[in-house]
Amino acid sequence: MAKELLSGNEAIARGAWEAGITFAAAYPGTPSTEILENIIRYKEDIYSQWGANEKTAMEEALGASFTGARAIVTMKHVGLNVAADPLFSASYIGATGALVIVSADDPGMHSSQNEQDNRHYAVAAKLPVLEPSDSQEAKDMVLEAVKISETYDTPVMIRMTTRTSHSRSAVELGERQAPPAVEYKSDFAKRNLLPGNARRRHVAVEERLKKLAVLSDSFPFNALIKGKERVGVLASGISYQYGREVFPDACFLKLGLPYPFPIELFRRFAAMVDKIYVLEENDPIIETFARLAAPQKEIVGKEVFPLLGELSQDVVRASLGLKDLAPRAPLDGVPARPPSLCAGCPHTAFFYNLGILKVQSKGDIGCYTLGALRPLSAMDTCVDMGASITVQLGIEKALEKAGQTTRQVAVIGDSTFFHSGITGLIDVIYNQGKSTVVILDNSITAMTGHQENPGSGRTLMGQAAPKVDILKLVRDGLGIEHAYEVDGYEVKAIRELLKREMARQEPSVIVVRRPCVLLYRKARWSPARVDKEKCTSCKTCLRLGCPAISTDADGKSLINVSLCSGCGVCIQVCPYQAIAYADESGLHISSTTLESFAKGGGK
Amino acid sequence: MKTQSILICGVGGQGILTASDLLSDVLLQAGYQVKKSEVHGMSQRGGDVISTVRFGDQVFSPLPALGETDYILAFEKLEALRNINYLAAQGIVLVNDFEWQPLPVAAGFEKYPQDVVERLRRLAGELVLIPATRLAAELGNDKASNVVLIGLLASRMQIDKPVWLEVLRKKVPPRFLDLNLKAFESGYGFKA
Repeated sequence: MAKELLSGNEAIARGAWEAGITFAAAYPGTPSTEILENIIRYKEDIYSQWGANEKTAMEEALGASFTGARAIVTMKHVGLNVAADPLFSASYIGATGALVIVSADDPGMHSSQNEQDNRHYAVAAKLPVLEPSDSQEAKDMVLEAVKISETYDTPVMIRMTTRTSHSRSAVELGERQAPPAVEYKSDFAKRNLLPGNARRRHVAVEERLKKLAVLSDSFPFNALIKGKERVGVLASGISYQYGREVFPDACFLKLGLPYPFPIELFRRFAAMVDKIYVLEENDPIIETFARLAAPQKEIVGKEVFPLLGELSQDVVRASLGLKDLAPRAPLDGVPARPPSLCAGCPHTAFFYNLGILKVQSKGDIGCYTLGALRPLSAMDTCVDMGASITVQLGIEKALEKAGQTTRQVAVIGDSTFFHSGITGLIDVIYNQGKSTVVILDNSITAMTGHQENPGSGRTLMGQAAPKVDILKLVRDGLGIEHAYEVDGYEVKAIRELLKREMARQEPSVIVVRRPCVLLYRKARWSPARVDKEKCTSCKTCLRLGCPAISTDADGKSLINVSLCSGCGVCIQVCPYQAIAYADESGLHISSTTLESFAKGGGK
Repeated sequence: MKTQSILICGVGGQGILTASDLLSDVLLQAGYQVKKSEVHGMSQRGGDVISTVRFGDQVFSPLPALGETDYILAFEKLEALRNINYLAAQGIVLVNDFEWQPLPVAAGFEKYPQDVVERLRRLAGELVLIPATRLAAELGNDKASNVVLIGLLASRMQIDKPVWLEVLRKKVPPRFLDLNLKAFESGYGFKA
C-alpha cells in the first residue's frame, strides 16, 4: 500500500473516508480545523458542513447517526464545552450508525484560552476515548472508533492534541469500506430522553461501560512493550513518543484506549516492573486509575511531571532532574515576536479609535482579540465565544444597581456572533441594556484560516449559500432600532458613530464591515508612502500597530512596500498629511465598495 | 542510524511550512522514517514560527530535545538566535541574511539586537549567511527565498540532488516550477 506523510488532522480525515463515514460536521477551531478542510477532498463520498457552533454540529452528527449513516463531528477542546449538552444525551442514546467525536486539545495553549483535558468528558459522559500518538494511529483509530461505536452502541471520542494534530508522519493508505445502508427508523425508547426512557438508558450505559472495560484489556492499541530494564512507563498519546526517547530500555504500557482503563492488562504490566513512571499531558487521568488498580506499586506521576503545558523530552528530563544534552546559551536582549493584526486589517481603525476615546472594550475570540496587544491595547476582557456581549451586560447591570454609569463597548466578530453572540444580544434587548455592541464583520472566519460561515455566501462544500445579513437580523429581526453599518477603513466615521452610540441610553449595534484584507488580491493595490520632508516623527501612525510601518534611522516613519496593502488608514490618521498613496491614480482597496468585493473582487 | 533533527524557523508568512513539507517528502523519498511538527494558529499572524523535522531508522518524538538539532535553517536572523539552544554541539546554522523587525521593535518599545551574527558565530559549529531574500527577488519573486534556503540545506546533507529535484517537480505548481528550480540551484551552489 502507498505511504504518505500526513498530519494527524489529515489522517483523521483519511480515516473517516476509509471507514465509510458519509456525514461530517464541525465548527472551526485550532488545532482541529484542518480535519474538515481535508474531508472535503472526499466530497463525492462524504457530505460535510460547518455548523454555526459545536453544539449544532454535534446534534447534526447525532441526527445523521439516527439514520444508520456513519458520522463524525470535530472541534477544539473548548468547543466540547459548547457541545457538552448533546454529548451527555448522545451517550444515553447510543449510536445507530457510528458517531465519532474528535476533540483536539491544546496543552500549552498555543491558540486557546485554557488547557482543559477533555478525557475528563469521556469519564463524565461514560464514553470510550481513543488517544493516538502519531498520524498512522490517528487514521487507524477512526476505523476502530467506528467499529466500537456500532458494536457497543456508543458514541466514541478521539482525543487529539496540538502536537498529534499538527505533526506529520507516514501513513499507509487503505481502501474505503462500503458505507452501511441508511434508513430512518423511529426508536422512541432510545432517542426520546423523557425521564422514564432516560432512566432505562442509564442502565444500558452502565452495562456498556463494563463491556468496554473488558475490551480495553485486549484492545490492540493498548500495547505492552517489553524492555531491558525493570522500569515501567505508562503513557498515552504523544507522551508515549517522548517517553521512548527518554527511557530507551524501559518496559512500556502504551494506552490507545485510556478509558475505560485496562485494569487486568495494567496489573500484568505492573508485575513485570519495579517502578512505574506515568507520562500524560495535563491531568493525572490514567495515573489515578493506575494507582487504584495497583495501590502497592511505586508509581511516579504528577508529583514530578507538570500539570501545566505540553510535555517533551526536555520537560520529562528536567522533571527527573536530568541535565540538558548541551549547555544553554543566555538569550538576553532577544525581543519577543508576538502575533499582530495584519497590514491592512479592517479591524485596526476601530481599535485605534477606542484608544483615542480611552475605552477598554469587552472582547471575544478571533483575530480581533489581538486588539488587546500594544500598541492598540483596547480590550480588557476575553472570556469565551460570545462572552463579549453578555459580560458587558453583567457589568452594566451591576454598576447600574450601585448607582454608577459606565461607557461600555462589546466587540465580537461575524463568525463568533453567529456562533453564540446572537443569544447574548437577545439578553441585551430583553433586559434593556444600554451598551453598544460592535460587530466586526470581515465576512469570513479569519483566525482559523478563512473558513466560510453563514455570512460569507458559500458552504464548506463550495456551494453558493444565502448570506445572513447581520444588520437586517439585528435591526429587523431582533428589533434594535439603533443599528448602523460603517466601513472598517473609515477612521473618522467609525469614531463619530462610536461617540454618538456610546452616549445613547438605549441598546445599539455598529457593524464595522470590510472583508478580511487577505481575501483581496494584494498585488494590484497601490501602497502608501511617507513624505520624509513632512514627517515630524510624531509617531501617530505607529499607534496603529500596523506591521508595515516602522521607523528609519532618523526616527521618521517608514512604510514597507511589500507588506503595505494600501488600506489608507495611516493616510487618514497622519496629522501632518505626510503619508499618501505612492500612486494616487492607482487602484486602492479603500475605494472599492463592499458590494464590488462581494461580486468577485476577492479571492 | 541515529535520529537526526532539523529545525526550520522564521516569521509567519515566509513559507516555512512549505519548506518543511518539501524537506519531509525528500527524506521519505530517500527511505527514512520521518516525523515533522509545526505550530499553527496565533503564530501565523506575524509571529514566530517553528517547524521541526526528524528522520532516521526509527523516530519517536517529532520534536528534538534542546542540544539535539543537527541543522537550524533560519529564514530570519533573530529567529536563528531565538532557537539556538536546540542546536547540537558542532551543529550547522544556515541563516537568511535578512532582518525583519518584530512589531515591538518597529513600534519603538524594544531594540533589535545588533550582535545577532556574532552570537550565532560563537555558538554554531558552522554558520552560513545567505542573502536568500535578495537572491529570490533577483530571480523574480522574493517569496521563493524558502526554496533558496532549502537548496543551501540540500548542499550540506547526504541525500542525492536528483531526489530533491524530483520532489520539487512533484510538489510545486507548474507555473512556479521554473522559478523554484532556479531558486533551489542558487541556494545549492551558494558560496559564502
